[in-house]
Amino acid sequence: MHEWPLWEVFIRSKNGLHHKHAGSLHAADAEMAIENARDVYTRRNEGNSIWVVPSIEITASNPKDGDTLFEAAKNKIYRHPTFYQLPDEVNNM
Amino acid sequence: MENNLYLYLLQLGDNALILGQRLCEWTGVAAELEIDLALSNIALDLLGQSNQWYEYAAEIKGENSSPDTLAFFREAHEFRNVQLVELPNGNFADTIIRSVIFDTFHQLLYEELTRSSDARIGSIAARAIKEINYHIRYSRNWTLRLGDGTQESHKKAQNALGRIWDYAFEALTPGPIDRWAFKNGIGPDLDALRPVWLNRMEKLFEQATLEIPAPGFIDRKGKSEGIHTEHLGYILAEMQSLQRTHPGLEW
Repeated sequence: MHEWPLWEVFIRSKNGLHHKHAGSLHAADAEMAIENARDVYTRRNEGNSIWVVPSIEITASNPKDGDTLFEAAKNKIYRHPTFYQLPDEVNNM
Repeated sequence: MENNLYLYLLQLGDNALILGQRLCEWTGVAAELEIDLALSNIALDLLGQSNQWYEYAAEIKGENSSPDTLAFFREAHEFRNVQLVELPNGNFADTIIRSVIFDTFHQLLYEELTRSSDARIGSIAARAIKEINYHIRYSRNWTLRLGDGTQESHKKAQNALGRIWDYAFEALTPGPIDRWAFKNGIGPDLDALRPVWLNRMEKLFEQATLEIPAPGFIDRKGKSEGIHTEHLGYILAEMQSLQRTHPGLEW
């Protein structure tokens, strides 16, 4: 039996929020991937929108490049907005 | 005529319970995890539906009956499901063809039941129809994939249709209880529903490149007289054994 290709599933739990990666699954094509995602990842009312993407279409950064890509940003704490005094009226920051 | 209402509710509940029990048999053994979960989800929907019909039926029956006593302490001849739903799962194509025939009927029936003169039946059907709309989407898509798929899948789907088609008509042929329900505005006129159902089946199977066989023996009396195939006894033996051994057991 041929293996079905792998798909990455992204679920949006509420309007206004981002789609978040939920996991992956096998399906023969995009339509089946949506249905399978519905059955596998939204059984407990987790979402109101589903995206599926063929896993092979995802280009991932190489873990070996970790230092080059990310290390430099670690030393730049001034890029975080930690030095501002927030007015009391501002919530959710 | 409470007795007729009771029997009508059993027809509804037993169809859902027995097909649900059948689909549960795929749990853990389906070829793909995704199919395993999909069929289990559908089975659970059907189980939930049967529970609601049985709750209503148990109230009418009284005598300390409950959904559990109706499910676990009736004999095969007391079950009012159509023979179609008790047919063995066979291979995946057999299961899908059985489901698509039933789901097409189920959808038409419950759409009508939402307008039942019995408000409780109407509200149970209104809740269930959303689930059924997904069931039919699933079984239709798979019918098209299998029928119009590979040579092997086409052959299996065609064989399935050949074996199962004779069992399709019972659900759409009114028995005395269906006629009573129609006369009282509780259920639909199955004679009027049948051509609609048949038309949908013909269109679907044509699109799936499957040939509908000439019907053979179709005079089946599962729902009207409790006359079943030999398969129902085995289903009940497995499904009921725990409650029959330990009556009232809970977990």
